[in-house]
Amino acid sequence: MRQVDPLVCAPRQASTLLVREVRVLDPRAHIDGAHDVLIRDGFIAEIAPAGTLPERDDQETITGRGGLCVMPAFFDPHVHLRTPGQEHKEDLDSGTRAAAAGGFAGVIAMPNTDPVLDSAPLLRSLRDSAAREARVPVGFLPAVTRGLQGEQLTEMAELRQEGALGFTDDGRPVQSAGMLRKALQYQRLCGGVISLHEEDRTLSRGGSMHEGVVSASLGITGIPTIAESTMVARDAAIAGYEDARVHFQHLSCAASVPAIEHAKSAGWRVSCEVSPHHLLLTDEEVRSMDTRMKMYPPLAGEPDRLALIDGLRSGTIDCIATDHAPHARDEKEVPFEQAPMGTTGLETSFAALHTGLVLTGVLDLGVLVHRLTEGAALFGLEPAMIATGRQADLVLVDLDESWVAGEHGWESRSENCCFAGRTLQGRVLLTVAAGGVAHRDPSLTPAETP
Amino acid sequence: MRHLLSIEDLDRGSIERIVAQAERFAEVSDREIKKVPALRGRMVLNLFYEASTRTRSSFELAAKRLSADVVNFAASGSSVEKGESLKDTVLTLSAHKPDAIVLRTPWAGASELVAGWCSAAIVNAGDGKHEHPTQALLDVYTLHQRLGKIDGASIWIVGDVAHSRVARSNILAFRRMGASVTVAGPPTLIPRGIESLGCDVRYTLEELASADIVYALRMQRERMSEPWVPSLREYASWYQINGRRLRPGQVLMHPGPVNRGVELSGEVVDSPQAVITAQVEAGVVVRMAVLYELLAGGGGADARALRAAPEPVRMSGDAVSGSRAA
Repeated sequence: MRQVDPLVCAPRQASTLLVREVRVLDPRAHIDGAHDVLIRDGFIAEIAPAGTLPERDDQETITGRGGLCVMPAFFDPHVHLRTPGQEHKEDLDSGTRAAAAGGFAGVIAMPNTDPVLDSAPLLRSLRDSAAREARVPVGFLPAVTRGLQGEQLTEMAELRQEGALGFTDDGRPVQSAGMLRKALQYQRLCGGVISLHEEDRTLSRGGSMHEGVVSASLGITGIPTIAESTMVARDAAIAGYEDARVHFQHLSCAASVPAIEHAKSAGWRVSCEVSPHHLLLTDEEVRSMDTRMKMYPPLAGEPDRLALIDGLRSGTIDCIATDHAPHARDEKEVPFEQAPMGTTGLETSFAALHTGLVLTGVLDLGVLVHRLTEGAALFGLEPAMIATGRQADLVLVDLDESWVAGEHGWESRSENCCFAGRTLQGRVLLTVAAGGVAHRDPSLTPAETP
Repeated sequence: MRHLLSIEDLDRGSIERIVAQAERFAEVSDREIKKVPALRGRMVLNLFYEASTRTRSSFELAAKRLSADVVNFAASGSSVEKGESLKDTVLTLSAHKPDAIVLRTPWAGASELVAGWCSAAIVNAGDGKHEHPTQALLDVYTLHQRLGKIDGASIWIVGDVAHSRVARSNILAFRRMGASVTVAGPPTLIPRGIESLGCDVRYTLEELASADIVYALRMQRERMSEPWVPSLREYASWYQINGRRLRPGQVLMHPGPVNRGVELSGEVVDSPQAVITAQVEAGVVVRMAVLYELLAGGGGADARALRAAPEPVRMSGDAVSGSRAA
């Protein structure tokens, strides 16, 4: 029933660019080796053995050194761009700049804005804005229920015609099983993935962090992992019964992983994501009561973190999503229990995961790239690929370069990043999105004007 | 010691130093003129975001006995109700250059945050359900006075541990002083993972007789957003410390204010085993010791700290004995 391209971005000049003698890594294209890649007019024109494509005066050439690596650009199915209504935290321009700086050539924005994205006119106007402001293509997931109130379905069919990729009440669970069932039944008419924030609020109520020894010693009310895992199990069963397509957002605990395994082995159409912070950090980080470590779902225990890594490696967890959740400095500069939930993630996700999982030998770089790009496929879009004839959606990374996160500020309007101040290895130097340069690191020698 | 934010920051030596200092100030409290000039010209700001009578007045009295100027700032009826943030309130009040800020808030970690925003010494007078370090210090002082030593004692903390900052600070402080600690209460009010603080957990009072000290917690109905026990009647029947449960020789403590007939029966509150009023008394001298430690550099009271104020009129002679004679 889809009528329009679900992804929109501002027009950008199509790139012509030769990247010579670099490692090219794309698990989908089964490439990992030294190559030359020629981009012409926004498309990948040629992939040739390293050093074989000639430099020409009428095109920019970047020549490989050290750890340079070309990979398909990443896709993030879960970001908060805060527009409309909370532009002091982020807007379409700053949010997509942050995405481009992190190597993303596509993001999906959540509807918990003010007003809530729950009607076709609002979606149209947001897409119009994105067509002027977005540096990388943006897709939208409007709300499942009006105003995220959990009481009445949005006009899902009309929203789909206007380009909705799917639906979510993210930030809140669809608490009523009956309401979720109706949405999943209605999906047969309109399609679109239903993306679920899983939280039983009768279990999580009043909590600000993971329930465990750290919450006990801090005297902060804990959120038990069963608040998530019981809802994952419940909703997977409902999806299975209705043969519906659901996506589970930001898995955070070990107990949710077998629920997904069970659903997949039963043939139910489920997928799920995990966020970098849940793969790299635990509730021990909260001991300092640093509000950048406050997010929903909360950072859990070390066994949870290890189970999530195993799930990501095995493919039980399909993809990585940052849940980029910007908040203004003064909103986060309050006591922990008062602070809003969320961390930014777009600008640090690759570097943090490369540093924390790949360089430590826990995860293969190819698997990481696959999981950072798979989000597109889950929402019915073609994942980026380094292949002749494909539109250029690629990222050039220096895998050797170390940098301190946030040292030189952020592209995002907000600075509430849980990795701020950490030394990360792996830096995005260039992002080509939808055929045009969306991000270029200042260190990269600028194009010599022909 | 720069701030007093958490018992976690104190080792046994620091706790003993504060207790010893408080003992010296206790002598002062027995004099006719109870004031010493140790902190003359210094300013102590009491910044309270929660209703408090005893803690606030105890800090106020402590500061006044040290001759400090005291400003009380209660969040209700102030700029806070007009939407001022904690940070802005602290920055504004810091313009008056307080030497110490005594802070009580309903939020864990608030005192640590405030310590980063201003140059005053911060005393945590209760941050949410996290800690209440001066309560723990005054309880250690009280036990020290009553028993001589805490080493090896068995202390049971009974009741609503989940909502209690007193429980957290006291588990840490009693453990530091060499006691063994057991927390007991209804399972809904014992937080998962509390044993990581080094205590045992019991859900009944069957073994209460093994305790040397019974520390009853207040049922903090004001902090409870939902019913945590079926009824106060059932709570009392299982967990109330009463004449039937309190064994002769056990010391009974409570941080106040007491819910008579709930966590304690009237007869035990009034019994000589209860040291509840001694705890209140200890509050002033221990807080004097804390303020003195923070603002006068610690290291034990010098003669100046114990000299009476105003300065004795006598031209010569020992100032301390002089004040006693006055």
